[in-house]
Amino acid sequence: MNNNDHVSQNIENEINSNDVMLFMKGTPVFPMCGFSARVVEILNKVGVKFGSLNVLESDEMREGIKIYSNWPTIPQLYVKKEFIGGCDIITEMFESGELLELFNTNGIDVNPS
Amino acid sequence: MPMTVEQIEQFIKEAIPDATVEIEDLKGDGDHYSATVTSKSFSGKTRVEQHKMVYDAFNGKMGSDLHALKLKTVSE
Repeated sequence: MNNNDHVSQNIENEINSNDVMLFMKGTPVFPMCGFSARVVEILNKVGVKFGSLNVLESDEMREGIKIYSNWPTIPQLYVKKEFIGGCDIITEMFESGELLELFNTNGIDVNPS
Repeated sequence: MPMTVEQIEQFIKEAIPDATVEIEDLKGDGDHYSATVTSKSFSGKTRVEQHKMVYDAFNGKMGSDLHALKLKTVSE
């Protein structure tokens, strides 16, 4: 129980200190999974600054984020502390322009390439 | 353990009886699927909520037994 508290505290700290926060497998430079790579690619195309955490570095984080978000897969994107979705939702939102709109309405700087 | 197209469809239809489910085995390896799920029960729900309804249909097997399911939900 204490262990879980400590993991969700870590997750909350990350979400609170990054307007755009991506929990992923690997790093933005070396993604270790195609779905994580896809979301990194989209965020780079939109030109938004984001924080990231490599869940492969810690088993408790890898499981903890799934429980915290009540979402079974990774990657997971948070914007202004709100869970936005995984790879499929982010891809759909990017293609429809909703993702850019989401950043705009939240006053987050973007620089689409 | 990988899942078959029939099993995936069955899980979804048990949880969302009115769903129309289209599944594609993306790599022919029984491990990477794409599914489009259409249902009236999605109406008024956010995308996150709709996807959660489908994930919940797998009783915890999503992300473990079922590794990769590219999901699209459509509200009727």
